[in-house]
Amino acid sequence: MKLTLNIWRQADSASPGKIHNYELDEVSEDMSFLEMLDVLNEELNAKGEEPIAFDSDCREGICGMCGLMINGEAHGPEVTTTCQLHMRSFKDGDSITVEPWRADAFPVVKDLVVDRGALDRIIAQGGYISVNTGAAPDAHATPVPKDKADRAFEAAACIGCGACVAACPNGSASLFLGAKITHLGELPQGQAERDSRVVNMVGQHDHEGFGGCTNIGECTAACPKEIPLDVISRLNWDLHAALRHGK
Amino acid sequence: MPDTTNTFDSSHTMHVDDDYDDAAGYYVDGDPIADTKAPQGPLEERWDTRQFEARIANPANRRRLSVIVVGTGLAGAAAAATLGEAGYVVKSFCYQDSPRRAHSIAAQGGINAAKNYKGDGDSVFRLFYDTIKGGDYRARESNVYRLAQVSRNIIDQCVAQGVPFAREYGGLLDNRSFGGVQVSRTFYARGQTGQQLLIGAYQALERQVAAGTVKCYSRHEMVELIVVDGRARGIIVRDLVTGEIETYFADVVVLANGGYGNVFFLSTNAMGSNVTASWRAHRKGALMANPCYTQIHPTCIPVSGSHQSKLTLMSESLRNDGRIWVPKKKADCEKNPRDIPEEDRDYYLERIYPAFGNLVPRDIASRQAKNMCDEGRGVGPEVDGVRRGVYLDFADAMERLGHDAIAEKYGNLFDMYARITGEDPYTTPMRIYPAVHYVMGGLWVDYDLQSTIPGLFVTGEANFSDHGANRLGASALMQGLADGYFVLPNTIRDYLAEGPFDKVAEDDPAVVEAQQSVQAQIDKFMNTNGTRSVDSYHRELGNIMWEYCGMERTADGLKKAIDLIRSLRDDFWRNVKVLGSAETMNQSLERAGRVADFFELGELMCIDALNRRESCGGHFRGESQTDEGEALRHDGKYAYVAAWEWTGLDEKPVLHKENLEYEFVEMKQRSYK
Ligand SMILES: Cc1cc2nc3c(=O)[nH]c(=O)nc-3n(C[C@H](O)[C@H](O)[C@H](O)COP(=O)(O)OP(=O)(O)OC[C@H]3O[C@@H](n4cnc5c(N)ncnc54)[C@H](O)[C@@H]3O)c2cc1C
Ligand code: SF4
Ligand code: FES
Repeated sequence: MKLTLNIWRQADSASPGKIHNYELDEVSEDMSFLEMLDVLNEELNAKGEEPIAFDSDCREGICGMCGLMINGEAHGPEVTTTCQLHMRSFKDGDSITVEPWRADAFPVVKDLVVDRGALDRIIAQGGYISVNTGAAPDAHATPVPKDKADRAFEAAACIGCGACVAACPNGSASLFLGAKITHLGELPQGQAERDSRVVNMVGQHDHEGFGGCTNIGECTAACPKEIPLDVISRLNWDLHAALRHGK
Repeated sequence: MPDTTNTFDSSHTMHVDDDYDDAAGYYVDGDPIADTKAPQGPLEERWDTRQFEARIANPANRRRLSVIVVGTGLAGAAAAATLGEAGYVVKSFCYQDSPRRAHSIAAQGGINAAKNYKGDGDSVFRLFYDTIKGGDYRARESNVYRLAQVSRNIIDQCVAQGVPFAREYGGLLDNRSFGGVQVSRTFYARGQTGQQLLIGAYQALERQVAAGTVKCYSRHEMVELIVVDGRARGIIVRDLVTGEIETYFADVVVLANGGYGNVFFLSTNAMGSNVTASWRAHRKGALMANPCYTQIHPTCIPVSGSHQSKLTLMSESLRNDGRIWVPKKKADCEKNPRDIPEEDRDYYLERIYPAFGNLVPRDIASRQAKNMCDEGRGVGPEVDGVRRGVYLDFADAMERLGHDAIAEKYGNLFDMYARITGEDPYTTPMRIYPAVHYVMGGLWVDYDLQSTIPGLFVTGEANFSDHGANRLGASALMQGLADGYFVLPNTIRDYLAEGPFDKVAEDDPAVVEAQQSVQAQIDKFMNTNGTRSVDSYHRELGNIMWEYCGMERTADGLKKAIDLIRSLRDDFWRNVKVLGSAETMNQSLERAGRVADFFELGELMCIDALNRRESCGGHFRGESQTDEGEALRHDGKYAYVAAWEWTGLDEKPVLHKENLEYEFVEMKQRSYK
């Protein structure tokens, strides 16, 4: 198939950017979206034009490194990551606009690459269970009911891609945050730090310039791992509880 | 080790002349090498002995002792977090934008541990034995036994961190059997075990970041090692955002930079996986061990066209219920598989290996798939004139167990397959083909995980230590976490007890030389102004490696590959085209540096494969097989670790052999017939 690609180009975080238009012929439907961009980059390189910078690593939908706004949708039209999106989701003659994640907390680094370091800093403020190596009791010392373990797993499946932030009109990272609060809060091991965890992580979230949640739900619709919206209810519940406990 | 321990009757096999050396002329023989740190005595006491004898750095002193850790996969993140907890000053580096994205995240199947929670007769000794046997008797007994011992602590640690392993209704941990072993010792978190383990280690790491003991440098790529007065004392990195070349010093350097399967261009590794950190250390004196030992995974999604950028693994568990076949007649290969009647199908694994059928080990399943396609009986689209795929068919299983049971077991995998190929595996057989998946080779380390450069330690897939010539499924995650949480922190302290070492002067000649060589290479790439892209070279190198140093290797093929690699490498340095600037993010420049090192590694892999005229584990030499075409080891001649020393570009590497002694297990030739 033949495509028209309208792609955001920006030299670095300090420079202004704009959309450039490219024509690409002979796109096969078996290509992934990123392989399509690889092919375009080879063409640009051959023509002496600098290839487009974009992030990816595992290309299996699990590392969370990739992420593009494709025709205004985070990760494009399917419920999956950009690297797992294939060109059979498009048709001959389509015009596709490709932009980086847009959020105050995610400055553009170059072209389609953004800085998501804020998500790491949120985790650093309490997204863990404090246990030093070697200090753990036998794994069977504390049974965990299967439903709780499954729910923890479901929330822990977040890949930290930031699509929820990019999709949210407020630029909130509440889905990401709620996923971690839920993962650790469902487990008996996570109870001791439950109050301080939520207070500190929410504090960092706000400090990074992410917006607040107004229950729009675009985040969960864009999430490639289908993290459910109720992790945000859990987040709010835990936050209120912590505040009640005077944390 | 006398050849008599080899229970295989070698009378009907090709004769191996003791003096014969395919690689003569390609390398120089060096002194033997030995692991001086491995304690002697009863196997089960060795690790305790070493932990007791390893000195402890004074806690008050630790704030003055610094550690650089390159890599944030299981092996790196676990080590950095644990060393931070112990009070050392840690700097952690990775090339991704976050430590959480290291390629450990992609592991699907599970992690082994000798917990014997199922009461099915598992034990530390059994896991040790299975690992030695699985590695085709090319790993060290002491190391492997320690790995099996420590495996139990890993599960405890991970559960305490909140890793949501699969559980049974009673709330206890579930296990499954993996990779053809007879016990259920594999812990898992659906098909995302690597992700969950890595998130656990990453969170422990971020906790130390908040505590101020660890500083993380994401999007920073190590491009050189600094060795001063014979000790590893720092690294040079390129900041991938600003392009700046930065130098970091420490008392000790730990490499946990993962595997180098991307030398084949197409593999199940991440796009950025590379050998640069290891290779730079190799060029500075660290020996590279068994570089040719590569694991090829039989069940990956086949290449769909020349645009292919990586290959996707489909879990091995599929072989429990899927039946592998190709058409008997070449003429049927284009047909819709459902129109090919039962009598025209060749379930070749079931035919050749009636006892194990579709569950034969990875290397056998891989090689037979290649043989079928080489015969012209492959299926799927033609890429470069050949159909490279075989069917993995669930029709029988669907009939036996029903659609829902299959969906319950494999739903995620089937969805992923459908997304990538556009075909529905519930109604059409899957197509699979082998792909490069893991490397057993890596930097040589002793029992302490220290390389031949004092102060340079290597953990995880980047070292060569525990899997011999082949790795069991679910054992890489185990090794990464064993090294990172439990082994390295207990051995590195012995070295650090000698520190802190004298501060390295910024203008030390070793530092200046290293900085200049890094800058010179970047300048060279930016100024070559050639005509070919980096990727096009990488792809071509990968094709050479896959063709001649892949599933089956022969002396002629390997020699040809060495010539091809050398001339391609020359062309690369004259004709590569890297656009843009070195002072900003430049992904072509990043790749150019990685590919440059892959060229040199690829050549050494071929030389190593040429030297080892035996088939063992993942290494199959066409010249060393039984009359039935099975792998044939030669313990009398090759029961050694091949540790290679760098002597310069276009110079012959020096081979140091470490003899492998088996005191506790008897070496046997495997048979799956
Ligand atoms: C698809 C797939 C599935 C797998 N499934 C399983 C399984 O089920 N069970 C199992 O046991 N094993 C499995 N494996 C193998 C296992 O995942 C790996 O061997 C293991 O995770 C490697 O861990 P590591 O910490 O050594 O390296 P990695 O996780 O690869 O981490 C490497 C780190 O080094 C960094 N790095 C590399 N080079 C540089 C540089 N020059 N400068 C700075 N940083 C650098 C990277 O940024 C990264 O942080 C699988 C592998 C793959 C590819
Ligand atoms: S919640 Fe979903 S969209 Fe948000 S970071 Fe996690 S995986 Fe990505
Ligand atoms: S590249 Fe890893 S999720 Fe897309």
